Order: sequence, then C-alpha cells, then structure tokens
Amino acid sequence: MTPIPAPPIAWNALLPILVLAGTAMLVLLADLLPPRESKQHLGALALAGIIAALVIALVRWGTDVCGFRDMVRLDGYALFFDIVIAYAAALVVLLSMDYLRRRGAESGEYYALVLFAACGMMLLASAGDLIIVFLGIELMSLSLYVLAGLFKSRRQSSEASMKYFLLGVFASAFLLYGIALLFGAAGSTNFERVAAAAARNPHDTLLLIGVALLLVGFGFKISSVPFHMWAPDVYEGAPTSVTALIATGSKAAAFAALIRFLTTALRPLQPDWTALLWILAALSMTVGNVVAIAQTNLKRMLAYSSIAHVGYMLVGLVAGGPQGTSAILFYLFAYVFTTAGTFGVLTLCERTGGTPEPDGDGAVDVREYAGLGRRSPALAFALTFFLLSLVGIPPLAGFFGKFYLFGAAVRAGYVWLAVIAVLNSAVAAYYYLRVVVYMYMREPEGAAATLAPSFAGGLALAIAFIGIVLLGVMPAPFVELAQVAVAPLLR
Amino acid sequence: MTVPDAWYLGLSAVLFAIGIVGVIVRRNPLVIFMSIELALNAANLALVTFGARLGSPDGQALVFFVMAVAAAEVGVGLAIIVVIFRSRHRLSVDDLSLMRW
Amino acid sequence: MARAAFVLVALLAVGAALGLVIKKNVIHGAMFLVVNMASIAALYYMLGAEFLAVAQIVVYAGAIMVLFIFAIMFLIPGKDETGPDPRRWQRALALPLGALLLILLLAVVAAVRGTGPPAAGPATSGALYRALLTDYLLPFELTSILLLAAIVGVMVLAKRRPG
Repeated sequence: MTPIPAPPIAWNALLPILVLAGTAMLVLLADLLPPRESKQHLGALALAGIIAALVIALVRWGTDVCGFRDMVRLDGYALFFDIVIAYAAALVVLLSMDYLRRRGAESGEYYALVLFAACGMMLLASAGDLIIVFLGIELMSLSLYVLAGLFKSRRQSSEASMKYFLLGVFASAFLLYGIALLFGAAGSTNFERVAAAAARNPHDTLLLIGVALLLVGFGFKISSVPFHMWAPDVYEGAPTSVTALIATGSKAAAFAALIRFLTTALRPLQPDWTALLWILAALSMTVGNVVAIAQTNLKRMLAYSSIAHVGYMLVGLVAGGPQGTSAILFYLFAYVFTTAGTFGVLTLCERTGGTPEPDGDGAVDVREYAGLGRRSPALAFALTFFLLSLVGIPPLAGFFGKFYLFGAAVRAGYVWLAVIAVLNSAVAAYYYLRVVVYMYMREPEGAAATLAPSFAGGLALAIAFIGIVLLGVMPAPFVELAQVAVAPLLR
Repeated sequence: MTVPDAWYLGLSAVLFAIGIVGVIVRRNPLVIFMSIELALNAANLALVTFGARLGSPDGQALVFFVMAVAAAEVGVGLAIIVVIFRSRHRLSVDDLSLMRW
Repeated sequence: MARAAFVLVALLAVGAALGLVIKKNVIHGAMFLVVNMASIAALYYMLGAEFLAVAQIVVYAGAIMVLFIFAIMFLIPGKDETGPDPRRWQRALALPLGALLLILLLAVVAAVRGTGPPAAGPATSGALYRALLTDYLLPFELTSILLLAAIVGVMVLAKRRPG
C-alpha cells in the first residue's frame, strides 16, 4: 500500500470563501454563549466576516491564482463577483438585523445560513470545474430553501420554501444529467478540457444535448422564462430580507458561473448557444414586464420585474465579446444595489401592516404605500430613486447599465433584440412609476404610522443609495473594472 | 460477452425520462421528490458508465459527491415537506392554494 | 451471460421506476424506489464500481429511503391524491414532453454506440479512494460544509419558536 501523497493546497484561491465559512461556524458557536435574549451581536459578527471577505477581495484585485487541479480560479472575474456578492450579503445582513428583530425571528442559524449561501455563491464565481458549479449551486440553494421557509407559521413562507425546493432540485437533476453528458463527451468536467473537446468536435451529439440540459438547469437558477414559474411565489412568500438575497446574490452567482462556463468552455459553440439565449432573452423581458403590470403585490411585481432584468442581462450574453460581457457585470453591480435598496424599503415598511403576530403579512400591497411621501419622506424619497434606477432614468446606475447592455447588442449586430429591450424598458416604466404615484399622490386609507428605520436598516439603505448614485454619476471607472474583470475569460 | 456501454446509457435515459414525467404527473410532494431522486440516480448511472468507458475514477468520484448532496437534500427537503403538511388534510401540491403552482 | 443479467436487472429497474410513477399508494411507491435503487447498485457492481454499489445500498436504499418512509408514515394517514385532478390538461403535456426528452437522450445512445472507444475497463476502488483524497480534495471538503449547512437548516426547520 503506497501512501497517498498530500496534494498541494492553494489557500490563496479560496481565501474569501474560507473567511465566510469560518465566520459561519463562529456565528454558530457564539450563538451558544450569552447574551441569549438579543442576537444583534451575531448579525454584527456575520457582517464583520462579510466585510473581511470584501476587503480580501479588494486587496487581492489584480491577482490570478488557480488551485486544486484548476477547479477554482480566483482571477479578476471571480474577485469582481466576490465583491458584488459581499455587498449583497452585507446589505441583506444589515436589513435582517432590523427586520428579524421586529418579527421576533432573529436567530444565529439565520446568519450562519446567509453566510453559507454566500459561500456557495462565491464558489460559483470562481468555479473552473462543473463539479464545483454543482456543489456551489447546491450549497447556495440548500441554505436559501431553508431561509425561504423561515417564518414557519406563515403559510406562504413554508409553501414558498417547498415550491422553491422541489423546483430547485428538479432543476438540479437536469443540471446533473447535463454534467454527466458533458463528462462523457469531454472525459472530464474541467472547463478547459470541455473547451478542448468542444474545439475538437463542436457538433458532438453528447456535447450539444449536455449543454441543452445544463442550460435548462441554469435557466431555473437565474429564473429566465420559461423556467421562471417558481420566482413570483417564492419572492412573495419568503421573508423579505431573504427575497432580497435570492434576487441579488443568487442571481449574480448563477450568472457568474453561466457566463464563465459559456465563454470559456463553450466558446466553439457560441453560435449555437447565442441563438438559444436570444430567444430566452426576448421571452424573459417580454413576459416579465407584461405580467408585472397586472400585479398589485409589490413583492410579486418585483419578482416579475426581476425576470425582465434577467432578460436584459441575457441580451449582454447574446452580444458577447468584451463589451457585452463587461456590460452584464456592470449591470449586475448596479442591479444588486438597486434591488437590495428596493427590498430594503419594503422590509422597513412591512411593519405598518399592523399585524400583531410575528409572522403576519406586512405591507406589500401597492395601496398601502399611499401617502408614504408624507408619512416618511426619507423612505419615500429613497424608494423613488431605487425605482427610477430600475426604470433606467439617467443619471442613476440602472440607466448606464441598460445603456451599455443595449449598446453592446447594437454594436454586435443584434438590433432587433435591442429594440425589443428598449420597448420593454418603456413598458416597465409604467408599473414602477405607478408605485411612485401612489406614494406621492394618493391619500392613505386610515391612519398609518410614521416609519423610522433603525440604524442598521438606515445604513443599508444609505449604502445602496450611495451605490446607485455613484455608479450613475461616474460609471467610467466601474466599467473599466468590469472590462478588466472579463479580460481573463476572453483571452 | 460484455455488456455494451450504450445499453447502460439507454437504461439511464429511460429512467431519467420516467423520473421527469413523474415529477410533472404526480401531485403528492413526496412522490414528486422520489421521482427527482430517480432522475438523479439515472444521472449517476450515466456518470459511472462514462467513467468506466474512460477507465478513470473521475466518474465514480462525481457520483460519490452527488450521493452526499442527495443525502443533504433529502434531509432538508423532507423537513420542509413535514413542516408544511403536518397541519394539512390532503397531501397534494394542488392544495397550496395560497399560491399558484 | 453478463448480457442476460443486465437485461434482467434493467427490466427490474424500469419496472420499479414505472411502479413509482404509476401506483397511487405512496408507501408502495417508496418500496418500488428501493427496488430501483438496489438494481442500480447491481449495475454499479457490474460496471466495476464496487464501492459505489455498497454506498448506493447504504446511502440511497438505506438511509435516504428510511427518511422517506419516516416522512410518509408521519404524514400519510388518510392523505392521498384523491378527487378530480384540477390540472388534468396541464399534466397531459407530461407524456409528449417525456417522449421528447427520451428521444433526445436516446440520440445520445446512438451517438455513443457508433463511435465509442473500446472500454478501458473499470478503475479500481483504490484509484477512487486516491482520487477522492488528492484530485478531488476540494469537493470532498466542500461536501462537509454542505452537510453542515444542511444540518443547521434542518435544525432551523424543526425548532419551535421559544415562547
């Protein structure tokens, strides 16, 4: 029996992930210690871990390390997404500290699960092998399934959890079969080996069907039409802070893995998947926006609007090249701030639902936002800005996001897709602005309480607000960062 | 006479299709979940077959991880299903009337 | 001989899978799935993956199915799919969809049949253990984080709110 040689361990390539996993375990341990009545310190601990991961990602900017037989790669691209994910997780933790305490649902496990989910997301960002993609998606999703069902006594919450779980695992089955076929075609699950196999024989049946199944799995995870049916119910039923995490972090992470896989491993097949994604993009934009018009529940409306935003981002993937790809990265960065901010205001407003039980449904109907402009001008002002950014009004972040995406599509010759996207953005303005109209031009029904966000909640909103204004006023440096980030993919 | 690889892959394809159809046709969440497990097993069979074709342990290693993930999934999934249906009279996803399936 | 054994086990696996999907009774469905898992374990053995054959029995046919049966026992009495199907039309789509999927996947089989290189023979279990601890060290460790997250998750779901 020959001894097994110890493999080299590339700590550097895993640093942000290790910090998050370590913090999650620390949070679980600290949960056992006093003080037991308040859990605010655990939120602060989780936040500290996320900030540490963020700082590491910022400090390591410009490095490029691989490890574990090229299974993970911490390059500029991964670091960019690590930063996006860290921002999303940090904003969600800040919002949760306020939201969960009000709901009486604060627990150490909640923060640990948020950290585990963020771990999975960062793994997806640096995955260079399909097995890591699979494990990353599962780590992220398992944590999110549980978080979605956090409010156990509220029916919508546990139903959302079950629906998310069953459809998520269903998608995983497709993903896994796709991985199996790609393994059969390439003899390995490594992106580079898959790329080599695709270059050798781009029209191998095994490869093509494997990619199709894999795209079905990814379609579920990014909730693009026609694999979107879980999103509205899960967004509506899950606790709002968890919805924010699903809408921002999990979407960014799934996109991170999808973009890296398509552009590095499947470049020889680009014409094939571009044609497929063209259809998905057009469908997602149109269905998302049209159905969103009919919604009166704000969380549901935002779910459909997020499906539409997925469509916009797919436009960038169709356009391809450095411009299209970097435009998606910029858009995601802007989208994370905007969406976290929007859901942040929602978590703060939910307290006016006036339901005494901790799991009661809060204010999510658009009518309950009537007169918010008078009741709490600051919140209404912030929500207005977030919604305007989602519409894409200059000079906010969302405008430049769309500008770069659609511009890249036009330059790549996809004029019709860009036209569909612009028309859709016009449709979207209607339902976003309707909320603004309610806030400023309608009288509230009955006496509504005034709202004052706690320090943590206010801080989260302030960070998101500064984010969208900064990205909107001076987008150039961030676009350059995104271009640097995608450079390693397109070599 | 050894068994050709194509036979194993054909069986795997049939099992996968049965699993997917089961997910769509059935209404009991437990049966839906078991059908998904069936589909995952079909994928595992394909992985092992491809691995044997290549003579490398990679296929088997992947299946090892899928098994661990499946075990975690079953734990979480059954907990979710038990929490939600403990208080219901019928066990069917159509009863989730609060939200459309 | 090997081919006859394969056909036998494959028929068992397909029959059990169909039983799971067709039979109304959930407990019978679970039993069918156990049979299916066991026949797949037999196939693993025939493919030379002895370790996986044992793990399949222990993890799938054993642990996972026990959990399923526990959940069924816990939930079932009197709860079943009865009454008219409110979405019969939608479910009718399942069969053409399944057929399409099957055709796609059988195209894979056709592709493999013609061009496949000669089987290199199975990897030994020793090679698997070595691979798990060297080449696949990272995924191996990640599964431990995944299992920890799952444990924490189940605890959250099972715990009752204090007070």
